[in-house]
Amino acid sequence: MPEVAIGLWCIAGFLGIGVAATILGGRAIATPLVYGATLLVALGAVLLALTTLLGGAAPSTVVLPIGLPGIGAHFRLDALSAFFMLVVNLGAAAASLYGIGYGRHEHSPMRVLPFFGPFLAGMNLVLLAADAFSFLLSWEFMSLASWTLVVAHHREPANIRAGFIYLAMASFGTLCLLLAFGLLAAPGGDFTFAGMRGATVGGSAAALATLLALVGAGSKAGLVPLHVWLPLAHPAAPSHVSALLSGVMTKVGVYGFIRIVFDVVGDFSSWAGLVVVLAGGATAVLGVLYAVMQRDLKRLLAYSTVENIGIVFIGLGLALAFRANGQGPAAALALTAALFHVFNHSVFKSLLFFGAGAVLTATGERDTEKLGGLIHRMPQTAVVFLIGCMSIAALPPLNGFVSEWLTFQAILLSPQLPQWGLKFAVPAVGAMLALAAALAGACFVKAFGVVFLSRPRSPAAAQATEVDGFALTAMLTLAWICILAGTLPGLVVDALAPVARQLAFVALPPQAGLPWLSLVPIADSRSSYNGLVIFFFLVASGTMTAAVVHRLASRSTRKSPIWDCGYPLDSPVTQYSSSSFAQPIRRVFGTVLFGVHETVDMPRPGETRAGRFRMRVRDPAWRFVYGPLARGVLRGAVRLNRLQFLTIRRYLALVFAALIVLMLVVAIWR
Amino acid sequence: MNALWFDIAHLLAAGVLVLSLMLLYQDRITAVINVFALQAVVLSLSVGWQSVVQGAPHLLATAFIALVAKGIVIPTALHRIVRKLDVHREVERVVSGGPTMLAGLGLIALSILLVQPVVETADPVAREDFAFALAVVLLGLLLMITRRNAVTQVVGFMSLENGLVLAATGAKGMPLVVEVSVAFSVLIAFIVFGVFVFRIRERFDTVDVNVLDRFRGERREHL
Repeated sequence: MPEVAIGLWCIAGFLGIGVAATILGGRAIATPLVYGATLLVALGAVLLALTTLLGGAAPSTVVLPIGLPGIGAHFRLDALSAFFMLVVNLGAAAASLYGIGYGRHEHSPMRVLPFFGPFLAGMNLVLLAADAFSFLLSWEFMSLASWTLVVAHHREPANIRAGFIYLAMASFGTLCLLLAFGLLAAPGGDFTFAGMRGATVGGSAAALATLLALVGAGSKAGLVPLHVWLPLAHPAAPSHVSALLSGVMTKVGVYGFIRIVFDVVGDFSSWAGLVVVLAGGATAVLGVLYAVMQRDLKRLLAYSTVENIGIVFIGLGLALAFRANGQGPAAALALTAALFHVFNHSVFKSLLFFGAGAVLTATGERDTEKLGGLIHRMPQTAVVFLIGCMSIAALPPLNGFVSEWLTFQAILLSPQLPQWGLKFAVPAVGAMLALAAALAGACFVKAFGVVFLSRPRSPAAAQATEVDGFALTAMLTLAWICILAGTLPGLVVDALAPVARQLAFVALPPQAGLPWLSLVPIADSRSSYNGLVIFFFLVASGTMTAAVVHRLASRSTRKSPIWDCGYPLDSPVTQYSSSSFAQPIRRVFGTVLFGVHETVDMPRPGETRAGRFRMRVRDPAWRFVYGPLARGVLRGAVRLNRLQFLTIRRYLALVFAALIVLMLVVAIWR
Repeated sequence: MNALWFDIAHLLAAGVLVLSLMLLYQDRITAVINVFALQAVVLSLSVGWQSVVQGAPHLLATAFIALVAKGIVIPTALHRIVRKLDVHREVERVVSGGPTMLAGLGLIALSILLVQPVVETADPVAREDFAFALAVVLLGLLLMITRRNAVTQVVGFMSLENGLVLAATGAKGMPLVVEVSVAFSVLIAFIVFGVFVFRIRERFDTVDVNVLDRFRGERREHL
């Protein structure tokens, strides 16, 4: 049986689990059964993806006699699909394992269980689809299945609103992709990817298709300003689904972009790379700035997803630019960096959402202003969450650092590019990436510090308990993947070689045989990184420092005032809070860009009421793009509303006028 | 083809068009119906002449149907309706005569502009006929939207249909069955309209369609 057929059987398994969940109904046994089954199927799919990717198997195709009559549905499993299948199913397996424990706290499991399997099936179908029709169909199926999960907790009006915005943006994205495929279709109307790849379209059609793919797939991935649904929808779902939405489904959006632009459209001009790089840079900076200002832990993570998608798109744009100029090795480097970051982000973002879910189960709170001190109550969750935070903040020796470092290496190659626009713009985007990385550091210091350190800010946080074993195992597994991918990056880069060869036509030099397992993307004289050495150095120096301090510290008794940790007052509200930690960054960047408005309402002397601090932050995308758009549509609708109440004669006159106008058009522009 | 034959065909088709303009100009309902009857007679003459020119005897049947149905039966019925409803003295314009006539002239110019280049290769009789026919259709529509009385709107619709018949007979080889079906559909439309007119009258004591709008809870127009 070809590999792609096994993949399709996995998808059938996911769909079957959805049906079985419906039959099982709301019984208590349903939760472990469903998640256990999805875990097994996802592990099978991971195995399939790994063997395909590492075994270097030739792409396998299969045509099923379903879909459009006479055309059928084409499915194909190549290196690119296999890599993304690995990412998707790894996340799915972790989320399933986590769900076995987490799902027990779900108050309406019948709103989650039947859609969980189909959602996974939809994402895998997108990865295997090899013609425009099945691609769009599975894309929409994935969107709808995820929408049902977003509105799972439908009693909260905010979730319904999030679901509505998500649905609108998803439809818009699919429309763009539909138009892109229409432009790319082979002259004979061949809608298979193979046919479109062979067909040559004009430069302007290819450019338009690339833009449409950027908008269509970017709206799923979360490119600014198409990201607005993401911070609303991702936190609305149950936490393990949030992890899938944020860590995995955005990657399917990235896959859609790569498949259309790199694979189907091919090279036409280097300016496409410039547009993608700029969009990525803006997304990275805006995403992380917004993340810093969030109070809600899950929203913070969702905005951080926007940032990371920006980093991925910077890499992809560079790869496009290098490839259009025939600079294969540089393109391979940029592409490898982007794909590595896709993998990393799926791992640590899932880990962080699981951590947020654990906190939510333990305390019932997502608002960081009401958490704190959880490291004492939930030590294991705190450690794995810290590893996730360090990874996403790109600290060596963890995996986030490697992919961002590789992206920087690609940016440093930009002077090779012949176009002056790119020569100037790419280093500027590099500076934006550096800014984003630094702000991400601040963001996750805040996230970890406010949630896990200091003293509890609410009774709920003070009485938290550690989560169950399944959830802990899932988080620990992901944390180990973070550490392993960070310390042995050469192995990951080698595994990505088939994808780089498929899309950039060359791969990076093999890393596995290098001494000390170091990572040398271009040449030894230029740059190299060794995660393993840094890991051991950190461990050794840390242990030695601790040993020296313990050995040499004085044991004599001293008399001094009690160290009050800098908080002379007893109340927990005197601690750093989420908003106060973010205030400097908010003041520097927020006033102009986000229209931050802070008001302090102090009681007059003698008044007994409490002082109030109010803050308003507005997303520039809402302010400058969607706000005017929505107002325009509303105004137009109100105007057109009068058409409902015309007389019969006026309706006739309208028809008559339309006829006359059309005739005039024909008469004038014959 | 004989030049005189062509001129006569041209004259008759133009006669139908001129009568359409006259319809626009009439103030009283009885006058409108009379002009409509006259238009039907000229139309049947035109169709009859076409049958001579084209050597197509079945067009004579069409001419006969037009003469009997639209020249005699429908006008008589409409006169009876108007007398029964007692609206024969009403002036029921929305737009006054002058602007309507100007708009009508514009429509004729537009249809000639539009049709001439399209049918350049057709034979000259058909070419002129098509332009006139399109103009008659447009003028019929214009009549429907500039009047507020239901009976006049019926007349506008019938006159629009005259334009269709004119176009159909101008082209060579139009089968009889098409004309017959068009004629029948118009007859049925006329019956439906008639029933409606009486229903409106029964309920509202008038055939002014504005009363319908007021019934729907809308403001009365002051045009």
